[in-house]
Amino acid sequence: MKILVPIKRVVDYNVNVRVKADGSGVDLANVKMSMNPFDEIAVEEAVRLKEAGIATEVVVVSAGVGAAQETLRTAMAIGADRGILVETDADLQPLAVAKLLKAIVDKEAPKLVIAGKQAIDDDANQTGQVLAALLGWAQATFISKLVPGTDEITVTREIDGGLEKLAVKLPAVVTVDLRLNEPRYATLPNIMKAKKKPLETMKPADLGVDAAPRLTTLRVVEPPKRSAGIIVADVGQLVDKLKNVAKVI
Amino acid sequence: MSTFNAPLADMRFVLNEMAGLQEILGFPDFEEVDAETVDAILEEAAKFASEVIDPLNLRGDTDSPVWKNGVVTTNKEYKDAYKLFCENGWHAMPVNPKYGGQGLPHLVNIAVNEMWRSASIAFALCPMLTLGAIEAIRHHASEELKEKYLHKMADGTWSGTMNLTEPQAGSDLTAIRTKAAPDPSGDGTYRITGTKIFITWGEHDMAENIIHLVLARLPNSDPGLKGISLFIVPKYLVNDNGSLGERNDLICSSIEHKLGIHGSVTSVMSYGDNVGAKGWLVGQEGKGVAYMFTMMNHARLNVGLEGVGVAERAYQHALAYARERIQGAIIGDKTKETKPILFHPDVRRLLMSMKSRTEAMRALAYFVAGNMDKAGHHPDAAVRRQSQAYVELLTPVVKGWSTESSIEIANDGIQVHGGNGFIEETGAALYLRDSRITAIYEGTTAIQANDLIGRKTAREKDEAGNVGFTARKLYKDIAAYADALSGDARLGDLGKTLREAVQAQIDATEWAIGIYGSEPQIAHAGSVPYLKLTGIVVGGWLLARSAQVAQAKLAAGATDGYYKAKLATARFFAKHYLVHAKAMATEITQGGESVFGLEEPLF
Repeated sequence: MKILVPIKRVVDYNVNVRVKADGSGVDLANVKMSMNPFDEIAVEEAVRLKEAGIATEVVVVSAGVGAAQETLRTAMAIGADRGILVETDADLQPLAVAKLLKAIVDKEAPKLVIAGKQAIDDDANQTGQVLAALLGWAQATFISKLVPGTDEITVTREIDGGLEKLAVKLPAVVTVDLRLNEPRYATLPNIMKAKKKPLETMKPADLGVDAAPRLTTLRVVEPPKRSAGIIVADVGQLVDKLKNVAKVI
Repeated sequence: MSTFNAPLADMRFVLNEMAGLQEILGFPDFEEVDAETVDAILEEAAKFASEVIDPLNLRGDTDSPVWKNGVVTTNKEYKDAYKLFCENGWHAMPVNPKYGGQGLPHLVNIAVNEMWRSASIAFALCPMLTLGAIEAIRHHASEELKEKYLHKMADGTWSGTMNLTEPQAGSDLTAIRTKAAPDPSGDGTYRITGTKIFITWGEHDMAENIIHLVLARLPNSDPGLKGISLFIVPKYLVNDNGSLGERNDLICSSIEHKLGIHGSVTSVMSYGDNVGAKGWLVGQEGKGVAYMFTMMNHARLNVGLEGVGVAERAYQHALAYARERIQGAIIGDKTKETKPILFHPDVRRLLMSMKSRTEAMRALAYFVAGNMDKAGHHPDAAVRRQSQAYVELLTPVVKGWSTESSIEIANDGIQVHGGNGFIEETGAALYLRDSRITAIYEGTTAIQANDLIGRKTAREKDEAGNVGFTARKLYKDIAAYADALSGDARLGDLGKTLREAVQAQIDATEWAIGIYGSEPQIAHAGSVPYLKLTGIVVGGWLLARSAQVAQAKLAAGATDGYYKAKLATARFFAKHYLVHAKAMATEITQGGESVFGLEEPLF
């Protein structure tokens, strides 16, 4: 079974994100970038399936700027077999990414797509779902356990109020949650080998996909600063403030 | 506790701009390695250092290895981390590719090694000693011994030690008494008897076997250094098929209780209490000390790197505290608002002093490592010779100056914490305690300074008989650089300060060369201040060059705050350290006689 794992290059989770002075977006200049942590979990799961003899090949795909090659190399250092970069400097929204991925899935014909449940930069949580819909495949989101089978897989989903167990017919798209696994540290020999693994680069136009944004960002602003609290004299004043100032009761 | 973040921006800058990484990666010997791979290695090592090793450090300090009846037990976290470190290929990284290493430039190894040392000197010592033993065996032992031991040592399955010191033989190895006698069976092996002390990681339970390299005297050998030979003495004898055989006649008779590096084991080793420990001769008889010295530059550079690493860690720890500790209004601030102590002038000075010195030390260490690669792999023989000369000259400076400075930097780190710094739970004291050994082992600061002022300067001669030619050339080059920089519109002040400082270095060097033949004692009385002066001047030169690169990048439109920071640290270093050079030269050239001013009975 061939597995395809889409990965995204995002601002590293340790970075304090700053909004650009003109409000047009997040400042990415000289900011440390790394693989979206949920995608790292997806890569790890795919590699474990390969090590268990279930997956035959693990292909990682990214769409975005040329530097995303480094992120693909990181995935290959974890154990992915080869990488595909759809290179574009344009702003990519979830629908566009899903269309690009669909075109690649059509070409590569994997049986399973394992994606992160969302990217930590825009937290859209859409790409996996849209991809499954475009493909007409089964989907299972936020999985915390994956048990492989021949024609179907069994997954455990993290839902409000507990866990849900589902059997999913293949081919399918699954999106992974934090507790699925703990990604390994790449070994030094594998980092060296990753450089020699195949990495194919193409443009959205090569796939016949129009990746132009459908949504317009009006303005990006920092969350309002929390102002200092006040000490109220008694319960009556508290109720009054909640009613008339905070307007929450 | 703060978390360790490897200073990748500064490492990359120094690798590329000061140490010549691009040029080195272009040498035919390194054609397999490219800049992106180096970057990926640095990133992953940084992750491993901060997530796996750094959290062990405090744990190792309080839950240190335990000795009982000759057996030393380490805590579980240490064992797990060591296993992962080996499995992930970091242990073998610097080893020759023939035995499983990656064949990377020293420069790349040095940057990665710095991260291990920042995270935990105590942990990093075990692989460091094993690597030293591997190099000694690889360079000097027979093919048979190499095949038998190196593969399993390279991947960390077996660890290694270096047994030089004995109770009566510290810096003076001629006093070694441990004996080696041909085995009565006539099988070509030897029986070793004697006691070795201060054996780092001499006994532990992280590796399956421990391969001790032991200096010992054969019967009827020369009473001096030439009578000392080197032996491989394994904890468990190794069968011909590579499996472990019976236990050798050696035991760890106790472990030391130390000021710092509590996470590591420092053993007293007893060899041959019963029938004599079985040993195999490395190379030729009488060459043991010479063999040990072939690794000296490496070992000393690595200990100097411990200084850089622990200084960086102490700085990060102090900085984190200075940002979060709110205390008092700032002098001159009319709002009277209480602020983090980072805004108080003297805390600011302490942090700048820690940061700028650490960056100077890193630049110097990487500069030397880059020269090691050029000495070994540059296509031009003249460059190879020149690079080797710089390695020889500056290695004692990296070792001596960086370690001494790291103690001061860790001390400043405690001061930033105020009273809380004196409390162990804050963690700042650990770095001071850990740093203290670095100026002692692998040759004390005085040993480094004697080497620098004597063998590397006043006694160095080229074929034409020119004394101290490497040192004189370097300081002349620095002076020419400073002259040129003095005319720079923005960095002229740096250039002038550097020029005055290097003049002090030149004056002290000429004085030392002049007086060395007639009054070596006076020259050596000033050798440690001379070593510190050299560190400040050469480190200051590299920081001035860094500032110049940063200035050019900013002028070309770079917006990275890193470059602004580099300008600030370089200038701080010049205004606070390079300015001492003149007074230090006076101390060196005029203070020697006063060292002997008090007659011995009057003490």
